[in-house]
Amino acid sequence: MEILIPLLIILAKIVGLTFMVVLPLVPVCVYFERRFSAVIQDRVGPNRVGIPLTLFGGKKDIPLFGIVQPVADAVKLLLKEDFTPTNVRTAFYWLAPALTIVPSLVTVCVIPFGSPLTVNGEEIKLVIADLDVGPLFIFAVSSLTVYGITLAGWSSNSKYPFIGGVRSTAQMISYEICLGLSIIPVLMWYGDLNLSNIVEHQSKNGWLLLPFWGESAPWNNGGDYTAWLFWFPAVIAFLIFTISIFAETNRMPFDLPECETELVGGYHTEYSSMKFAMFFMGEYAAMVIGSALIVTLFLGGWSLGPSFDQWSAGLEIGSVGIGGLLGLAVFMAKLIVFILFFILVRWTVPRFRYDQLMRLGWIIFFEVALINVFLGALVIAAPHLGIVITLVGAVLLAAVSSALIWVLKVSDKREDPNTGLLASN
Amino acid sequence: MAVVKVKRPDLNAGEKLFLGAIVKGFFITMRHAFDSLRGKTRGADEMASSGLGATMQYPEQRWDEHMPEYYRGAPALVTDEQDRERCVSCQLCEFICPPKAIKIVPGEIPSDDAWAKVEKRPQEFDIDMTRCIYCGMCEEVCPEQAIYLRKDYLISGLNRKEMVHDKKKLYEIGGKRVGLVNKWNELK
Repeated sequence: MEILIPLLIILAKIVGLTFMVVLPLVPVCVYFERRFSAVIQDRVGPNRVGIPLTLFGGKKDIPLFGIVQPVADAVKLLLKEDFTPTNVRTAFYWLAPALTIVPSLVTVCVIPFGSPLTVNGEEIKLVIADLDVGPLFIFAVSSLTVYGITLAGWSSNSKYPFIGGVRSTAQMISYEICLGLSIIPVLMWYGDLNLSNIVEHQSKNGWLLLPFWGESAPWNNGGDYTAWLFWFPAVIAFLIFTISIFAETNRMPFDLPECETELVGGYHTEYSSMKFAMFFMGEYAAMVIGSALIVTLFLGGWSLGPSFDQWSAGLEIGSVGIGGLLGLAVFMAKLIVFILFFILVRWTVPRFRYDQLMRLGWIIFFEVALINVFLGALVIAAPHLGIVITLVGAVLLAAVSSALIWVLKVSDKREDPNTGLLASN
Repeated sequence: MAVVKVKRPDLNAGEKLFLGAIVKGFFITMRHAFDSLRGKTRGADEMASSGLGATMQYPEQRWDEHMPEYYRGAPALVTDEQDRERCVSCQLCEFICPPKAIKIVPGEIPSDDAWAKVEKRPQEFDIDMTRCIYCGMCEEVCPEQAIYLRKDYLISGLNRKEMVHDKKKLYEIGGKRVGLVNKWNELK
């Protein structure tokens, strides 16, 4: 009995958070994507599909602004013929869609979705597995997605998917490094890899990008400006991390593995029906998890300022503290705003050329992230080192950075492109 | 002739970073988004938009009054002022029709008919609307000004048979057309 109840709670969390929070977010994303892109391009977007009462003998349909459109899409994809071309490598062809969607959904388990619920005085954290290696776990598992994409490209036995798969691999290699390096200063600041504790810390001491309350504010901690100084490495980390997440989830400026204009459909060209839908869902689930990670690390997770957090923590219905659900709502709101930002970027920034992407990953972000690690360390260590050593460190860092920039500039000198007769002009 | 060599200006540091251009892009897309949410998309009035973006929403709104004079819709047969079928079943349209959508069975006009001197009229005249490409060649080739592309564009049917317009349907769409050349009667 003692073992049964925790197991049941875990099962409820898995079902509740994965299948009732993250998976429904996927169609919501698709709907937002279509409506938002339509509005950006002066169109209308899907606004018809509602509750089809006429199918059941009613007089009129209820349109509901087309919110039911994703359901119609899902039904269409489920009922389509699941076609397997003759010359594919069947085992891998069938494995690939699962390999893309499963890692995305597995990573859900370390995201803290809300502040803890209390039932009969017992605290239930709104996170499936409260691992002490949160971000590392996410990086480890989410990079498995690329196997699915590469296998799909290879096993399809077709040229465009193959190119898409190879591109995906190369892109992953260029971006995983700065993805991991960029958050090292952030993790040094928290001194913790447990995402629940990170959010708890931000709830008490101000978000990483908004250090205005608790211990972070200089008027509360006796004139210590470390948190405010750390804002600069934090913003650099935020930018690099966000852009790397775009590349990681194959979103628009870096959607080279599936760019329609160049590769038909990329790695999922040969897929149809539910297998295609699984790629699609995997991609959007990765986007949801990516945004969730960014919100958790930089934007305070489920917290909304100290007064709100304290107020919601005290809320109770009977013996159940429902503050966690409010935290969940706040987290969802932040998540959706960030997803809208993802969509805005997709419909604003044109696709990078392939060499530009590799250059951005290897030459710019890698170095910036590396320097940022030392910058963050310097800011954190400054109060303990004293002013002289800190200044020496800053000068050393500046010297190393400029040397690095100089080396990159010299080593990156490209030959003049062969412009033929134009060169003589 | 003197050759003027124009050098393309180099990008400055800000332009090389592209960040400014990307931020500008965000402003442009967001401006479009807000404008279309407020129903103020540029050109929305000329396009008779539904209020969201520049799009006219079809079944509720029709573009009939925006349709140009030269619009080519469904082909149809016309009668003249005295309700005579203008078609003399010469079959030129049947032969010119690129997708072979027209099928005509010619028939003789009996000698006791008032228009006996015209000699021929179609017994059957079918246009398969699943094949028609609205090219207007039938109208162009007709020596009798009998077939015209009208502005009807709502052609639908539940099966292939319903999509074939027979003679009755074609005259129904075409109706009477006045002011054409009358070469078979004295109507002036």
